[in-house]
Amino acid sequence: MIRVQRDDFDPAAETNALIGDDHSIGGVVTFTGLVRDLADVGGDGQERINGMTLEHYPGMTEKMLARIEAEALDRWPLNASLIIHRYGDLEPGDRIVFVATASAHRQAAFEANMFLVDWLKTKAPFWKREDAETGAHWVEARSSDDEAAARWTETPSKAAE
Amino acid sequence: MSEMKVLYFAWLRKKTGTGQETIHPPAEVATLGGLIDWLKTQSPGHADALADLSMVSFAVNQEYAEVEDPVKSGDEIALFPPVTGG
Repeated sequence: MIRVQRDDFDPAAETNALIGDDHSIGGVVTFTGLVRDLADVGGDGQERINGMTLEHYPGMTEKMLARIEAEALDRWPLNASLIIHRYGDLEPGDRIVFVATASAHRQAAFEANMFLVDWLKTKAPFWKREDAETGAHWVEARSSDDEAAARWTETPSKAAE
Repeated sequence: MSEMKVLYFAWLRKKTGTGQETIHPPAEVATLGGLIDWLKTQSPGHADALADLSMVSFAVNQEYAEVEDPVKSGDEIALFPPVTGG
């Protein structure tokens, strides 16, 4: 399942709902992404931020998240998965993203979760604008995120583009 | 007449001054690269936004695309910076 929403979510409630009464699930891995109060600026510098705005491309966002999730379900034996991504105005400490993967055994759940987070960071059309003390600026893409996503492309993949 | 919808996100929206526009490019515009060259002539803001294409990603009908990919009337084109979600 995927959801793109302005509102906050409750990780525990989402996890319980995902598991439901499927007792063949042996493990569920969850990742919750949060807004940090420090932003990386040029070089090794950091500056404090007051908040951020997440913009996205309605339509394409859902399409890409659904495709990434389908790819994970194709690669790993998952019983259930969930991606929630927020947009709009967020403050430090706020939840941005939630990824949950449930499987009979832990390895598939862990791997699929990392895959989903790595791929959504480089493929889902979201853009962060940080409101820092020195002014607002669009966050630049990181090459480390591309490298993290690339390690999953060794296997032929229909979602890879 | 050819008609396409162009969407701009993040700083491309700020630089072009619009989030969405309907355009009527000349018939000889057949690729994304050709369309971008034409868009650059439409305003100084467009020229500025599209000056360095290494900073811009593209989608045609909500699929990632490259400058050599074809575009046609009725397409939804999106121009945006590399994504930074998650």
